[in-house]
Amino acid sequence: MLALIQSLPGVALFRRLAWMCTALLVVLSCAAAAAQELTLTGAGSTFAYPLYSKWAAEYLKAHPGVQVNYQSIGSGGGIRQVSIGTVDFGGTDGPMTNSQLAEARQKLNGAEILHFPTALGAAVPVYNLPGVHSELNFTAAALAGIFLGTVQKWNDPEIARANPGVKLPNEYILVIHRADGSGTSFLWVDYLSKVSPAFAAKVRVSTSPRWPVGLGGKGNEGVAGLVRQMPFSIGYVELVYALNSHMLYGSVQNREGQFVRADLNSVSAAATAMAKYMPSDFRADITNPPGVGSYPVCSFTWMLVPTKMRNRAKGEALKSFLSWGLTAGQKYASALSYAPLSQAIVEQELQALKLLQY
Amino acid sequence: MQYPPRRRQVINAVMLTLTGLCTLLVVSVLFFILGYLAWHGAQSLNWDFFTKLPAPVGQTGGGMANALVGSLKMLLLASVIGIPIGMLAGIYLAEFGHGWLSGLVRYTTDLLNGVPSIVMGIFVYTLVVLPMRHFSTLAGGIALGIMMIPIALRSTEEFLRGVPNSMRESGLALGASKAQTVFTVIVPSALTGIVTGIMLNLARVAGETAPLLFTAFGNQFWSKGINEPTASLPVMIFNYAISPYEDWHRQAWAAGFVLLMAVLLINIVARVVLQRGRRVSR
Amino acid sequence: MTTATQTGESVEMQPSAASMKLSFMERLRKGDEAAYLITLCAALTVALITALLAQHLWANSSLSRHQSGWNFLWSSEWDPGSEIFGALPFIYGTLVTSVLSLIIAIPIGLGAAIFLAEMAPRKLSDILTFLVELLAAVPSVIFGLLGIFVLVPFLTAYVVPALRALFGWLPIFQGAFYGVSYFSASVVLAIMIVPFIVSISREVLLSVPASQREAMMALGATKWDVTWHAVVPYASRGIMGSVFLALARALGETMAVTMVIGNVPDVHVSLLSPGYTIAAVIANEFTEATGDLYIHALIELGLVLFVTTMIINAAARLLMLRFKVQEVNA
Repeated sequence: MLALIQSLPGVALFRRLAWMCTALLVVLSCAAAAAQELTLTGAGSTFAYPLYSKWAAEYLKAHPGVQVNYQSIGSGGGIRQVSIGTVDFGGTDGPMTNSQLAEARQKLNGAEILHFPTALGAAVPVYNLPGVHSELNFTAAALAGIFLGTVQKWNDPEIARANPGVKLPNEYILVIHRADGSGTSFLWVDYLSKVSPAFAAKVRVSTSPRWPVGLGGKGNEGVAGLVRQMPFSIGYVELVYALNSHMLYGSVQNREGQFVRADLNSVSAAATAMAKYMPSDFRADITNPPGVGSYPVCSFTWMLVPTKMRNRAKGEALKSFLSWGLTAGQKYASALSYAPLSQAIVEQELQALKLLQY
Repeated sequence: MQYPPRRRQVINAVMLTLTGLCTLLVVSVLFFILGYLAWHGAQSLNWDFFTKLPAPVGQTGGGMANALVGSLKMLLLASVIGIPIGMLAGIYLAEFGHGWLSGLVRYTTDLLNGVPSIVMGIFVYTLVVLPMRHFSTLAGGIALGIMMIPIALRSTEEFLRGVPNSMRESGLALGASKAQTVFTVIVPSALTGIVTGIMLNLARVAGETAPLLFTAFGNQFWSKGINEPTASLPVMIFNYAISPYEDWHRQAWAAGFVLLMAVLLINIVARVVLQRGRRVSR
Repeated sequence: MTTATQTGESVEMQPSAASMKLSFMERLRKGDEAAYLITLCAALTVALITALLAQHLWANSSLSRHQSGWNFLWSSEWDPGSEIFGALPFIYGTLVTSVLSLIIAIPIGLGAAIFLAEMAPRKLSDILTFLVELLAAVPSVIFGLLGIFVLVPFLTAYVVPALRALFGWLPIFQGAFYGVSYFSASVVLAIMIVPFIVSISREVLLSVPASQREAMMALGATKWDVTWHAVVPYASRGIMGSVFLALARALGETMAVTMVIGNVPDVHVSLLSPGYTIAAVIANEFTEATGDLYIHALIELGLVLFVTTMIINAAARLLMLRFKVQEVNA
């Protein structure tokens, strides 16, 4: 090989290599231009990532040629990227605030960002307690205390009271929260602020709350990963992550005083209880609802859709994908432990979608 | 009487052992990494890994075919950007440049070389992604390409300087112009070194993750052309490693093994060729 | 004026020295001007890219710079939700992990360099140096991968209990240990920078003139004496240069650190607690920084990192000026 390199005259080699590379690049770029296919890029909520990635795979089967590339970078990321237009749609579980919407309007030259709920999910407290293999009950006060740092040990009376008969270890609790901007964080903090004035006083509700204690994991995946690895830890993740990683998660006490475990029924119950409060822009808050059997830490997850897109084809493709998700896509939701949307909400959304013109 | 004194001989022996142990420690880390990755990664490697796309979240199976292709595309782009600029600038410094301009170029090359890779990611984000209004393979390729420039420049300059002046003089004496001499005599004779330098450069840039996080972004499907976001091997390893799924961990090991093997093989080949080249010229 | 070549063809020989100066057009045709211009453009492009980088970092951090001024560097509150941005936790974390990694890496690296340059037989030294330089080529994300799954459990099970038993009374080893911490990040960084210290120090040691060694040997010294009392002092500035280069590398390291440091934006005295570094926070929060001030604050962090590595690299170059060293591709 040495001889080969040394035998080629320098200029001829460079020229050949340069032509090869340029030719390859031209071919690659042409492949993009010539293709009939379309790619929609979305980013955001890790909460909804399992659902959207399933939808993308199934939608591709139903509509070959339309790829929906969704990157799970956290709701904060979804809000940011869709506001500056670097992605076609966003995913978030913490609705955009009015100031964020105003900023987006300004950056996108007047285009609005619309919220479309796609599914209902729940945030559950996952934990890793060596020696404890049962599902624990958590009161609102216990959870607030844990995440505030005032409840420091696993055998604290606040936790023990709700779990008679379970031998809780005398170990410090390791709190795991999100390191990135997260709608799941928003949901968790929103719930804790509603049930604990002490928590509300200390922590502001946002997608990037200032946590008094704990370690940060990146994405729902990161939090679940850390809880799995660290003994005596507790974190909050979307239900499907707890189920997929076969982790233990606890029941949370709802407003009625029951200890409710998150599942399709309890999540749907929460949504039903709050159904009459659904605003026209769909930015509803359904944490800590009344009603027997409702799970208190539920949220809609929204797709953020800008009213102006770079080209019509993309806009229409996005509308088509979203309509598919709201109708045919709902059946995949239950398999992934998201509660499907009620018919009433779906109707409302499809109406709003029709009004969207690109 | 013994000379040197017994005490100093003992110290000599002790320090020899200690420093030898230090070296052993460092070298054994390399073998540990290789061995561990070979054990965990190789057993997770299968045909699917090289041919399939990632499966939806929570489902087992799938592979990293798009990440492999994405990485290759970006390396190609990076080479097209980084190598010509680096080499031509290196030729300038070695053959044509004098005075303050050369000094300035060398200083800025060193600066560019010292830029942390995450900062390079920020730069290319504000330079390419924001104006283009989307993430792309092109942005990732540009980030990696800019990182290749300083090393391509430095290695080209060094190897050109290593060519004896007699060759330059003989070229000029035969009536060739300076350009002709440089491009048809000097550069080819330094070519072994330059090519191996490029190979080492590529191997280093192939493993870079940070600059790709907000330039190439990611893609669970095939990325077409250079205008779409793309998956890449190092970023996939990162994402899978911090996840809670066993199957993703398994795939991260496999990907790590593939990446490490590729990088090490290029390094070994390049360095062996380089050493042999050095020995020949000596 | 024509002459005949060996094959009998006529060759146009160059005119005499007086008319040797070629006209601009002739030079252009011969390609000299073109080559000069093209390579000059390439060289200027490099300078331009660097300038552009600095300008982008400066311009895109303007909101944050105007908001906090110099206070940015020593306020310790990082609360993006309330738009409060203080860089101290990250600067602290970056410094702590880098310095600790140096403390771990320098003795081992220097020891290995001394062995390879002075004490080992040439053939063995060549092979081992080759292997050490291969270690330098391992990508950072691989170190991160091994860091999470191998190193952190190892540290948790064996090293930290031992440290606590011996030094638990020191404030830097107190508090709970969760695996991810300043300490784990420092160990991973140390493993990553050791090859640089080894290979550059080795080159520096090899470049010490033989006269230094011979003078000492003539006085009846052992190999170690020669090394420790003659060679190393002579090479000390170059060795410091290699340390600075390793430091610059450690400061900017992103992936391996972010996977094992815990991602907590607080200043903790204990090395066993989790923390954050500048590179790690940028990697984690950049794509989701909602709000311009947030992004500008992150870019300002990048600017701080850029300036710091610039200064340290410059210091390294100054120290190594005397030593013409063939560097490993750092």
